[in-house]
Amino acid sequence: MTAAAPDRIPIVNYLALDDGDPHLVAQACAACGALYFDRRNACARCGRTEFTDQALETTGTVRAFTIVQRAAPNVPVPYVSAVVALDGGGVVKANLKEIDASPDRVALGMRVALTTFVAGTDANGTDAVAFGFAPA
Amino acid sequence: MADGIWIIGASMTRFGRYPDKDVADLASDASLDALADAQATIFDMNLLAVGCLMEASAMLGQRLQKQIGQTGIPVFNVANACATGATAVRTAILAIKAGEADMALAVGVEQMGKMGLLGSAGRQQDKPAGYEPSGRYGSVMPVEGILGTQLMPGVFAQAGMEYAYEHDGVGFEQFAKVAEKNHAHSALNPLAQYRKVFSLDEVMGADMVAYPNTLLMCCPTGDGAAAVVLCSDAKLKTLDPDVRRRAVKISASVLTSDPYVESDTAQPDVSTLTKHAAAAAYEQAGVAPADLDLVELHDCFATAELIHYENLQLCEPGGAGDFIDRRAPWRDGSTPVNVSGGLISKGHPIGATGVANLYEVATHLRGEAGDRQIDGARVGLTHVIGLGSACAVHVLERAAS
Repeated sequence: MTAAAPDRIPIVNYLALDDGDPHLVAQACAACGALYFDRRNACARCGRTEFTDQALETTGTVRAFTIVQRAAPNVPVPYVSAVVALDGGGVVKANLKEIDASPDRVALGMRVALTTFVAGTDANGTDAVAFGFAPA
Repeated sequence: MADGIWIIGASMTRFGRYPDKDVADLASDASLDALADAQATIFDMNLLAVGCLMEASAMLGQRLQKQIGQTGIPVFNVANACATGATAVRTAILAIKAGEADMALAVGVEQMGKMGLLGSAGRQQDKPAGYEPSGRYGSVMPVEGILGTQLMPGVFAQAGMEYAYEHDGVGFEQFAKVAEKNHAHSALNPLAQYRKVFSLDEVMGADMVAYPNTLLMCCPTGDGAAAVVLCSDAKLKTLDPDVRRRAVKISASVLTSDPYVESDTAQPDVSTLTKHAAAAAYEQAGVAPADLDLVELHDCFATAELIHYENLQLCEPGGAGDFIDRRAPWRDGSTPVNVSGGLISKGHPIGATGVANLYEVATHLRGEAGDRQIDGARVGLTHVIGLGSACAVHVLERAAS
């Protein structure tokens, strides 16, 4: 018996959609607490090899941004790329959503909260869900 | 460094576009000219190091030898992103320091044609068959532009904006002033790919690529090569007096990679490894930033140069905005930076850059920089950084007379 295609799938595996409100999950080094989003071979800070899942906060502060006008094909411009420092730990890159892509609107230090959006749909009707950050 | 290492020959091609030449031509041009400059030939070299990022696995060092002299010496084909050329130089230096070579040729070259955005991602299909997570992030599609940008103009824009977040007095105008300076400087450099002066308004009003980097604040792609001939102290003493007179001392040669920082999960940190490299170089050379007569640093984007003023200790912590506002890094300022025109206007054929900046500083230290000469230059610093990351810093000094 074939399983039905899921309604949605996260664009990356560190975006958790099915465990409460959408949030990011990091690999936390069991020895030193360093946080990672990728599959690990060892900790880049301390070299140890045990990790636990850590759910990250969904709010944070914009530490840096750029407004991209020239992009790879199939990427609509302009868009705002930002580096967000999450409350309680973790630093992530994502787009800012629900904001004009203008230097008059985006501000360094602004408070943001995680939001999700559909980035694409495959032939089975499964939505790829991505995350971004909107003004909080 | 305990035993001296010297640059006795240096050359670079003009940077630009060479559709009728290939990379081996460009590398040969720079090599033969640098060897002649050293009053040496390929037959005098004990080692060859060639840095060419796009040909890193294509045996370019050996292809060069087959054009200019197949002598059977060890060849290192070197890659380290935009630090490739300086890493080739560093390789040759290590061999000389180890006593395994007394004369070496280090070459940096690249032929990029009209490549477009550094780090362009591929085209995404319209309707994939079925999403399947893959890779270390379990991604179901390329995330470029969806989860922020990893393209170079945006990455370096964000690096500059982070500095602006942490320090007062830094904004679009300060970043643009960097490009205004480098375009102006390039007008005096016949080897620069572009030699056009732009007003600050023109820089800020140019097409935006990734705020705050406009098109005139981004380095171009292009073709070019540079080469240096290196020798040991002991070897130098045996050479022609004219070669000895024009020899330039390498007082420091440092290579770093990026140490762990928390923000690595978001984007590369180009500052920490630069700070480490610069501090080690100043100590190795026994010079202070205030002693520098000129600096050739890695202005792949105007936002990058500004933060490197602080990373290289050319200004006070937090003082990069003020530094450019008071024109300190202009050619007539207290610390001339990128009088060659920098990557922004001189060009950035990737592998060539880390050798070309050594050529530039050495030429000033020899008093041979013509219209763009910084008078009385005695000490200079070069810096390159390749994303991933690698940073190389060299300190050069004029031979004591």
